[in-house]
Amino acid sequence: MQIQLSHPARTIEIKGPKKAKDLLKELNLVVEAHLIIRGNELVTEDEMLYDRDQIEIRPVISGGSPFPLFHSPVTPAPSPASA
Amino acid sequence: MNCTKCKTRAVIDLPRHNAAFCKGCFNDYVREQVSRAIKSEKMFGKDDRILVAVSGGKDSLALWDILLKIGYKADALYVNLGIGGYSEVSHAKVVQFAETVAAPIGAVLHVHTVEQEAGAGIRELAMLIHRPTCSTCGTIKRYQFNRVALEHKYDVMATGHNLDDEAARLLGNVLRWQEEYLEKQSPSLPASLEGFAKKVKPLFRLSERELAAYSVLNRIDYIVEECPMAKGARTLLYKEVLNRLETESPGTKQAFYCGFLDKQRKPDTAPSTITEKDQTILHSCTSCGQPTTADVCSYCKMMARAKTHSL
Repeated sequence: MQIQLSHPARTIEIKGPKKAKDLLKELNLVVEAHLIIRGNELVTEDEMLYDRDQIEIRPVISGGSPFPLFHSPVTPAPSPASA
Repeated sequence: MNCTKCKTRAVIDLPRHNAAFCKGCFNDYVREQVSRAIKSEKMFGKDDRILVAVSGGKDSLALWDILLKIGYKADALYVNLGIGGYSEVSHAKVVQFAETVAAPIGAVLHVHTVEQEAGAGIRELAMLIHRPTCSTCGTIKRYQFNRVALEHKYDVMATGHNLDDEAARLLGNVLRWQEEYLEKQSPSLPASLEGFAKKVKPLFRLSERELAAYSVLNRIDYIVEECPMAKGARTLLYKEVLNRLETESPGTKQAFYCGFLDKQRKPDTAPSTITEKDQTILHSCTSCGQPTTADVCSYCKMMARAKTHSL
């Protein structure tokens, strides 16, 4: 089956049939940080995916706070010199 | 897997709630969580005018959508940072949502373009003043958001910070014991003085995965691409660590952040030192005299059981 991945955008081919959660495991991806989309529809982890399916594994984590309105950003680790 | 509520085919499972939902029941769940957050933190009422900060990402567009669907009066502000193609795409996504979803029910999109006012985009500005881009971006957004809220007399400003954002920030602040930031990590901050608008985070009960799912299910076209300036941000590392914990032990992020909020709310009247606590709960074992919370200490009970079995 064709798997579309992001960050960076790329397409890979993986042999089916395979359960969605096993696909994530094979790609070493954490369930909590990804959605599995077949065509235009979300699927649950126990769904079986087949060779004919077009799959997108979409990361859901965004990098920082787009509007860090309330707090200063978390400060970086102190350098060895100042530690 | 079937929907926990209506037993039709589920489209998402939520291990932290030991549940799975179909699209309809998941939308009910999301809107209920947001309503609960708004009420429990006294964020705003149905008559208040809300200004939502939108970036073109899943969280802020989902927030605008949810507030409008629940029936709140929510307009939005988009700040175009001038980060090349990334800003062009995110701007287009926001405009598309505003025209197709918000405008038909009377909601308004405000746009501030950094280049128009400052003559340069965020990257160039950051280089000119020798500051990190993310810090420059934060200052500009805070300022413009507050300015628009005050100029247009909005009652409250709302951002799309979710459970993952708050748990990751809390982890970062706890790791370095930045207590001054801990005090401010509430989902609802009042307009503490003249010139400050009230600020709220109605999505703090929902995870990043749940909000991405809401956007996909409701055909909200958001920018999936990461902001090129956020690469290597420490927040990403904290989120990764928390998601590994969440996978092993569902509910960890919620317990961490909501537990922190509960602790902040409760007045600290309990004994504070180990000595005071021990003196309150411990007394002598009736058998051997060593300290215990029960009549007979666990050692004496264990030995008594062992003697019974050996007979």
